Amino acid sequence: MKNQILRMLTGTLAFLASGVALADELNMRVGVTDISRQVYDLHMTIFYICVAIGVVVFSVLFWSVFQHRKSKGAVAATFHDSTKLELAWTIVPTLILIVMAIPATQVLVAMYDTGGEDMNIEVRGYQWKWQYKYLDEDYNNSFSFFSNLATPKSQIVNRSAKTDTYLLEVDEHLRIPINRKVRFLVTSEDVIHAWWVPDFGIKRDAVPGMLNELWAIVEEPGIYRGQCTELCGKDHGFMPIVVEAMPEAEFDAWYATKVTSEVVRQESMSKTFTHDELMVQGEVIYGTYCSSCHMANGEGVPPVFPAIAKSPVALGPRDDHLSLVINGVSGSAMQAFGKQLDAVQLASVVHYQRHAFGNDVGDISQPQDVINLFNGQ
Amino acid sequence: MSEVIHADHHDDHAHGPAKGMLRWLYTTNHKDIGTLYLWFSFAMFLIGGAMALVIRTELFQPGLQFIEPEFFNQMTTNHGLIMVFGAIMPAFVGLANWLIPMQVGAPDMALPRMNNLSFWILPFAFSMMISTLFMEGGGPNFGWTFYAPLSTTYAPDSVTYFIFAVHLMGASSIMGSINIIATILNMRAPGMTLMKMPMFVWTWLITAYLLIAVMPVLAGAVTMMLFDIHFNTSFFNAAGGGDPVMFQHIFWFFGHPEVYIMILPAFGIVSHIIPTFARKQLFGYTSMVYAVASIAFLSFIVWAHHMFTVGMPLAGQLFFMYSTMLIAVPTGVKVFNWIATMWRGSMTFETPMLFAIAFVVLFTIGGLSGIMLAITPADYQYHDTYFVVAHFHYVLVPGALFSIIAAVYFWIPKWTGKMYDESLGKLHFWLSFVGVNVTFFPQHFSGLAGMPRRIPDYALQFADFNMISSVGAFIFGFSQVFFLYVLIKTIRSGAPAKARSWEGAKGLEWTLPSPAPYHSFTYPPEVKSEEVHG
Amino acid sequence: MSSSSEVDNSTYYVPEQGWYPVFLAFGLMLLVTGLAGFLNDMKNGSSGDWTQSIIGFLFVSFVLYSWFAKVVEENAAGMNNAALKKSYVWGMGWFIFSEVMFFAAFFGALFYVRSFVVPWLGGEGDKGIIGDYLWPAFESTWPVVANPNADLFVNPGESMASPGMMNWGAYLPFYNTVILLTSSVTIHFAHDAIKAENRKKLIGWLAVTVFLGIIFLILQVEEYIHAYSELGLTLDSGIYGSTFFLLTGFHGFHVTMGTFIIFVQLIRAMKGHFTANDCFGFESASWYWHFVDVVWVGLFIFVYVL
Ligand code: HEA
Ligand code: HEA
Ligand code: HEC
Ligand code: CUA
Ligand SMILES: [Cu+2]
Repeated sequence: MKNQILRMLTGTLAFLASGVALADELNMRVGVTDISRQVYDLHMTIFYICVAIGVVVFSVLFWSVFQHRKSKGAVAATFHDSTKLELAWTIVPTLILIVMAIPATQVLVAMYDTGGEDMNIEVRGYQWKWQYKYLDEDYNNSFSFFSNLATPKSQIVNRSAKTDTYLLEVDEHLRIPINRKVRFLVTSEDVIHAWWVPDFGIKRDAVPGMLNELWAIVEEPGIYRGQCTELCGKDHGFMPIVVEAMPEAEFDAWYATKVTSEVVRQESMSKTFTHDELMVQGEVIYGTYCSSCHMANGEGVPPVFPAIAKSPVALGPRDDHLSLVINGVSGSAMQAFGKQLDAVQLASVVHYQRHAFGNDVGDISQPQDVINLFNGQ
Repeated sequence: MSEVIHADHHDDHAHGPAKGMLRWLYTTNHKDIGTLYLWFSFAMFLIGGAMALVIRTELFQPGLQFIEPEFFNQMTTNHGLIMVFGAIMPAFVGLANWLIPMQVGAPDMALPRMNNLSFWILPFAFSMMISTLFMEGGGPNFGWTFYAPLSTTYAPDSVTYFIFAVHLMGASSIMGSINIIATILNMRAPGMTLMKMPMFVWTWLITAYLLIAVMPVLAGAVTMMLFDIHFNTSFFNAAGGGDPVMFQHIFWFFGHPEVYIMILPAFGIVSHIIPTFARKQLFGYTSMVYAVASIAFLSFIVWAHHMFTVGMPLAGQLFFMYSTMLIAVPTGVKVFNWIATMWRGSMTFETPMLFAIAFVVLFTIGGLSGIMLAITPADYQYHDTYFVVAHFHYVLVPGALFSIIAAVYFWIPKWTGKMYDESLGKLHFWLSFVGVNVTFFPQHFSGLAGMPRRIPDYALQFADFNMISSVGAFIFGFSQVFFLYVLIKTIRSGAPAKARSWEGAKGLEWTLPSPAPYHSFTYPPEVKSEEVHG
Repeated sequence: MSSSSEVDNSTYYVPEQGWYPVFLAFGLMLLVTGLAGFLNDMKNGSSGDWTQSIIGFLFVSFVLYSWFAKVVEENAAGMNNAALKKSYVWGMGWFIFSEVMFFAAFFGALFYVRSFVVPWLGGEGDKGIIGDYLWPAFESTWPVVANPNADLFVNPGESMASPGMMNWGAYLPFYNTVILLTSSVTIHFAHDAIKAENRKKLIGWLAVTVFLGIIFLILQVEEYIHAYSELGLTLDSGIYGSTFFLLTGFHGFHVTMGTFIIFVQLIRAMKGHFTANDCFGFESASWYWHFVDVVWVGLFIFVYVL
């Protein structure tokens, strides 16, 4: 009861001060984890303290501005020192800061309580997408996938109407179970990214070659959206994060099918594909992975991003083309896709590049060729 | 001895300003150099501001409307760099050049030729930096904080030019600071003891020390980048045993003091203007000096508050949180002292005073959001969102920039001998005041709602605030073009100004005629007690 | 106020306008843009063109020469009064401080890497998870002789680490330390000689100092050749090579500058410049030399011995 009155009082104060600060869409999200709620409460506490300081300080200032003006006949006083006052306004702010520091420390310590996790997921940033790897107890990869922006280009360039989840939608959600402690191991493949899900109250930089730990216990099923929050190059604004928290049983079922399909995928590595199959798969992969730089029509953006159409590489020896795509071009934006795509995908995208945009080399690339190249290294 | 020299030098040299272009190229005079700095910074401000308008235009609506994301990043980066290194810092150095010799009773700066060098490096350095925008592969696109490896392995070739431009700017700042320190410590008129120095002089002395301490560290950081890029060293590459985060530690060891470099001289300016128009002596002069010194000291041990999300160990997070929060104490002392100076004064509200009061209010708002950012767990939610953008524009635009504008209105009668038009000045103030708040206040909300910074396009829920913010930016930008008009009008046809242009003005500079003579005090003046710390 | 339009140089000498600074600024730009173009050409695989940077360098050298000559001439004409000389002293002092901070950045990098990054990458300390998960094969040692990713950064076969105090007799850096420390003493003797107005001794001790500086540099080059050709310790051999070469390299660069500056003072001394009370050029050179020496002691301790 007392608390409520206090809250109402401070609430009104804040409302008066900032006019709009209480409306939900203007403020930090409360979120769906214990941590995020603690962070929210902490945020509101500091915010109210700051508003209160502002109100006091500005009231005195404006009182003086209105009362002590020459036009009102004010005559300047001559005081210019007061040790007592100076001491007071050194000590009081210090005390206020201590009051702020105590809950801040508590929340921070709670956040650093890693360990005791139920599962581990590696989160890896790429220019400009996220890869999620589900790890078993020994940190081995069970299965993994990429999560790419799903908003069509036509919405971005204003040629079609924008949907509600504009820029906040991906082709494959990161799925996690509710009520379990999920630990995220955040790292990066190229530059620094940052993985942020506001509703979980967590954000951490993804640093290449380094690793950060994060964790969350989500209490409500739902879809939670966030964005990359560290400038990572051209498409920094276009690498959203979508996490789907699922009831435990549902999650376990999904997890099981994923593991099975991973086995199937491994088996397809030894298959031989036809030209048409490769072209169909290749076009999809090209559209997801390559067209952001080399453009959907294969013309690229010379001189930065070379064209694939009539490219000497795409018309040259197949294995050179394959290994360029596998290993990337160091020191350029052309990444080593060998780490991101599997043999089937690599074979099909290269095959596609060699037979699209007016290129027509006439050879064929099979998963086995990719595997041979890998083994050759 | 000196008589002889004096005589034979008299014949072959004119002591007034030389005529024509060469006056500005070759000058060793602190006023000429101050003027050069001020105009240069104004030009940079317009260029950097034009880039801000490009940003705000693109962000007016969701979707990509005008520019490509790649170019957007170049605009953000260059806007930040130009405003920080091209507009705000040179403006303060320009003011230092104009004012410090007059305020301490010296004939000129201590090392006049080096003074000229410090200035002339800047136009060359900035031409280099801006020219990168037209190079193949584009200009710097990695943010003004240029985090590795985006700025090394993944950077456009032009980054090499950028690195050398930063080296040159650093050299210019270091020489400028050495000059200021030597002038203040060595050329004060007899009787001007340290604790009688005007606040602007004090704040600049401490700022100069900050500059000398941190600009070389920035030079070190860009040098490591240069070697990582061209000689395959591995400072910022974990594969070779380095760490990208190390770049951030080194950068922010420079970067945090840097932001105080942009605010301490502002504190000094405001500490002159408020007493003048309150017609009352500055309250708590001694504690003001100590507060500035404490802020400067603390600024060296808080840098990692920009890095709360990089994943430091807990002890580090706590240390940097506490030390950052502490800065509120000395800064609070300053704010309270200004208000105590106004209290029971006899105030009038000419344009400089309006800007100064707006400074106190809006800077405090920016400072309070700074305190919120300092709270580590909360910063996880604020970091790299528009909440941060709102914070630093509140301390930089109505903070640093307003203080510079206030200083120009306050001292322009002394510089030109002409008075500006008071009603135009007031109009400029109100336009700026409204513009700045309309631009940056809504950014607090878009930030809290989750809009990341440095993005060219955003989700639909941020649309309203961005639209307001863009409108504000155009109002604010227009009012600064209007400022240019007011200035030109003043220089061309302002009413003649008195030596002591303001009723309440104190300080040695007001004992000189308006406009001040070409060489300020050729004979050291006598420091009278009523003229100390204005 | 007609009197204030004249300069009274008796209180402070304010030089007339001059062409040096703006040309120096221009020369610097010529130099660095030339260098940047050259480096970019090299990076992109074409053979770089030095011409512009050389022209820039010559230009800068010429302007600096004229500028300093002018200052020396003005001083000889008695125009520099005591106050200006004090400004020079302040200026040089704080310039050296800024140099200290430049080295501090590199020492800071060294300490940070040694105490945090390398242990973390090796699976130790607060963030040992990094090494455990990402770099399982990497062992934390200092000097780092096996890099986390040896494909990208060649492993140095050996490091420059000290072989232990007992074996310093065959340890080049130890001799370098002795040489530099000695040179600090010899330049001090040169200072004493000035104070005693003994020009012969001054010239002698300056010459000895320059000689020691050159010996130091030769030994340093010898050590680099050894590092590159025998130890496999290079700029691209990971963080140990990076910190080692940048710290010692920038120090070596400063020794080169210092030796040159002292050499100039030597020439000036032979031309009869400097008196007991008027030898700022010499004194600033000697402060600079002492500073370079102190940096070396730091290097010897933190880069070589510890
Ligand atoms: C002039 C420049 C300036 C100034 C003065 C400040 C002042 C402060 N800043 Fe700010 N800051 C920037 C410029 C500046 N900042 C910039 C440019 C960035 C972004 C860089 C980038 O990433 O691009 C930034 C970012 C930034 C961050 C990082 C945010 C993030 O990226 O996540 C933090 C975090 O702690 C911070 C904190 C502070 C604090 C605590 C102060 C304090 O000094 C404020 C102190 C003032 C007050 C508190 C108000 C007056 C005091 C009172 C009335 C007394 C009573 C008050 C209390 C008891 C609370 N700043
Ligand atoms: C130092 C001071 C400073 C100043 C004064 C300003 C002034 C302004 N800034 Fe900014 N800003 C920074 C420092 C500053 N800024 C920094 C450090 C960053 C971070 C960069 C980064 O993320 O790396 C930043 C980033 C930044 C962003 C975020 C960009 C992003 O994250 O993508 C935005 C967006 O609104 C913005 C807007 C503005 C606006 C509207 C102004 C206005 O106040 C500008 C008003 C002035 C004008 C509009 C000029 C008017 C002139 C004309 C209209 C005429 C043009 C004519 C000619 C050129 C001849 N700034
Ligand atoms: C982030 C941008 C980016 C993406 C995404 C990208 N590339 Fe590239 N690509 C480049 C750049 C830059 C180069 C030029 C490298 C160089 O030679 O410096 C390049 C070069 C190439 C070349 C050689 C072209 C030539 O003529 O030199 C091929 C082939 C190629 N990429 C294939 C692909 C394939 C296949 C994909 C997707 C699976 C892809 N790229 C995705 C940036 C990209
Ligand atoms: Cu990834 Cu920003
Ligand atoms: Cu800071």
